[in-house]
Amino acid sequence: MKKVFPLLALLTAGLLSYALYEALVVAPTEQTMGDVQRIFYYHVPSAWTAFLFFFINFVASVQFLVRPNEKMDRVAGFVAIAIGVACCIADFAIRELPSGMHHGSIATTGLAATGLYFAIRKLFSEQGVDILALVTAEVGVVFCTVVLVTGPLWARPVWGIWWTWDIRLTSTLVLWLIYVSYILLRRFSTSGQTPVLAAALAVFGALDVPLVYFSIWFFRTQHPQPVIGGGGSIDPRMLRVLMINWLAFLCFGFLVCWSRYRLERVQRDVEETQALEALLEPRSAVR
Amino acid sequence: MNYLYAAYTATWVIHIAYLTTLVRRYSRLRREIAELKKD
Repeated sequence: MKKVFPLLALLTAGLLSYALYEALVVAPTEQTMGDVQRIFYYHVPSAWTAFLFFFINFVASVQFLVRPNEKMDRVAGFVAIAIGVACCIADFAIRELPSGMHHGSIATTGLAATGLYFAIRKLFSEQGVDILALVTAEVGVVFCTVVLVTGPLWARPVWGIWWTWDIRLTSTLVLWLIYVSYILLRRFSTSGQTPVLAAALAVFGALDVPLVYFSIWFFRTQHPQPVIGGGGSIDPRMLRVLMINWLAFLCFGFLVCWSRYRLERVQRDVEETQALEALLEPRSAVR
Repeated sequence: MNYLYAAYTATWVIHIAYLTTLVRRYSRLRREIAELKKD
């Protein structure tokens, strides 16, 4: 693992540099907005990456809550399977989807969510899911901060305003605040119940993710409608650059998560050792 | 163009700031491990 990490870091750095070159040089200039539209290649992939990390945080939090209870754990597994099956049925049953949504996308999303649930269940221990939830919330907040900073920088020259209280922007700000409060809770609360309380907060906080994502599909907002899918059109060259940038940010995000996960594991081991040492040598602890 | 460069710069400033906190936490942890080994 020690040898793989620097290699992956080097590859990710190369991919990020290539993605930056594609965004600034190769991508065609948009006709109405001009060069400022290139913010799109950082703004949108950052938002997608943040949503993905918040979703992983949600799954990990659910598992942290249900795993101690075998019955609840089994029920949660069935619910995860039911969600996958329901999404497949819905995909076939709903004939007219909202504009911008493709047939197959609901089934794919449902099956991916089910797959992710069981992958996390298999790969992470009970303590592991708690660390995973913490790590993905932290990295998700970093990406969400990027979205909230690049958004106004794009809005000012295009809309003439930095910010407006429409549903997409406001729900994104609320999402950011929920996860910042999650991190603060984990950082400063000393109660033994902190991981449980944080997991419960994360489960309810995750409800805001679909609201943010679908707000531009179902409500009329200042924010542009989706350009990917049937609801809008995007130049294939722009789509290619967008995907390269998303891949680069995903690799970067997962690498940071991996590093942060290792750090948290070692940190907990050290704290455990320090606590044991203090118990074994009470005099030194008093000193 | 200024807004474009500001957005790209801000993105990397945010990421680098977070990475810096990770590096600091790593070095603090390394110090703690060294102290534990000494004891």
